[in-house]
Amino acid sequence: MNSARASTTPWLLAAPGALLFTALVLVPLGLTLILSFHVYDAASGVKDETTLAHYIATLSDGYFLNIFWRTLRLAALTTLICALIGAPEAYILSRMREPWRSIFLLAIIGPLLVSVVVRAFGWSMLLGPTGLVNEAFRAFGPGTVKILYTETAIVIALVHVMLPFMVIPVWTSLQKLDPMVEAAAWTLGASRFTALRRVVLPQVTMGILSGSLVVFGLSASAFAIPALLGGRRLKMAATLVYDEYMHELNWPLGAAIAILVLIINLVIMLAYQRVVEARARRTLG
Amino acid sequence: MHRNGPIALLFHTLVVGFVLAPLVVICLVAFTPANTLTLPTTHVSLRWFAAVFDHPDFVASFFNSLWVAATAATIAVVLAVAAGLALDRYDFRGRAALNALFLSPLMIPHLVLGVALLRLFALIGATGSLVWLTAGHIVVVTPYVLRLVLAALSGLDRSAEQAAVTLGASGWIVFRRITVPMILPGITGGWLLAFINSFDELTMSIFITSPATVTLPVRMYMYATESIDPMMAAVSALMIAVTAAAMLLLDRIFGLDKILVGQG
Repeated sequence: MNSARASTTPWLLAAPGALLFTALVLVPLGLTLILSFHVYDAASGVKDETTLAHYIATLSDGYFLNIFWRTLRLAALTTLICALIGAPEAYILSRMREPWRSIFLLAIIGPLLVSVVVRAFGWSMLLGPTGLVNEAFRAFGPGTVKILYTETAIVIALVHVMLPFMVIPVWTSLQKLDPMVEAAAWTLGASRFTALRRVVLPQVTMGILSGSLVVFGLSASAFAIPALLGGRRLKMAATLVYDEYMHELNWPLGAAIAILVLIINLVIMLAYQRVVEARARRTLG
Repeated sequence: MHRNGPIALLFHTLVVGFVLAPLVVICLVAFTPANTLTLPTTHVSLRWFAAVFDHPDFVASFFNSLWVAATAATIAVVLAVAAGLALDRYDFRGRAALNALFLSPLMIPHLVLGVALLRLFALIGATGSLVWLTAGHIVVVTPYVLRLVLAALSGLDRSAEQAAVTLGASGWIVFRRITVPMILPGITGGWLLAFINSFDELTMSIFITSPATVTLPVRMYMYATESIDPMMAAVSALMIAVTAAAMLLLDRIFGLDKILVGQG
């Protein structure tokens, strides 16, 4: 970092990007915010009068509240399951020997790079009435079960898509943990469970928390999974916005819902930063 | 090292099975000779891969995606290297705000970016061209490149640059002959990561594509909502193949675990 040089250089370097991001992030968000206060009329479209009606409708109408409630519920459930699967899996991975450790780490986080449409399609094949899961159910027990187009299907696929986002931060925090510390706890007479609970778990709490917030935020705004595995009737916030924009053509209402989704996401992110900072202060002080 | 017990290994096997199951099933069903989504039992067939190439709209979408992803990744690299130099090397007023602006697309759901860009493009009449779609993709993928470029820049030993300056090299020569080669892994890794993210992007694109600029994931989404046949599995298998190839390349160049773990 040298602050001595002419102060125009950094601005010139950053200007192209800054202009593009202002034009394509800040301006559109501002326009959408304005749009969400406009009156919409099914016959004549967006009008120049302003109103709070869309926000009031979204926050009071049972139809919308139901969808919001489902979104938050499924996102929370996904987050919980990801934490219950992802944290132990990261711990198991960290205790593996090379090359298995690298191979399985890639196997777990590599699917992150495969398009979500592909993964959603894979699950719709597995969970459908003639899919492998139902074949197994027919062969071993309860017979055909309707899974596809239920909330269960959405949660299964969301967990699948979000799991890497939980494994990665927990893995990262485990890398900072010296395995000898856990061994020291055993030598001092702690049981494996006590060592895990009192030594390992406190170290990875931040990883789990950080993963949970990312998973929750991404799940609450997920589009492809609920659209392809929830069917037309089981809507979540993102599919609702899509319908308002593309089918109902009520852009102001869609904009209001999108703004609410954005606010929820930003609140989560800010809360997360607060927690991280508070914790950092505690450890330092 | 402490070994994992049998329960841990069983758990691990189940998790890996869960993670790979949908991808494996797609790759198997893609080779089915039947008309329905079934696993090939007696023999395998390439007919559904051939069917993909009989759909001109899928082929066109594939090339759209390829063009958008390659262009967006390239421009994102240029923007990110310039911005990265500014953010890493200088301390100036507004530096933190600029950093936040460049990383903001990571915090804004793609859904929200999509509707926001749809509004902007509708107002200025910017539809029907790949250029606008690409501009949207640049915004989404630049943060990924910027992170890798910043990581590469901060780990850079600057004595080589100083030596070149002492020997009379101009700023541009130093940048081109010293700085760029030294951060090249970050640049190529960032390009590939940007390419993959753009190539796979659905949620934002679905709002801002027009019939002429439909990308492959959007085409697949539209196809999947209407009909489901093994051709969808063949396209998906091809997507998995493209992604896997890029992933192996990334792994060779940068170490995939480093990129992805750094990303979290």
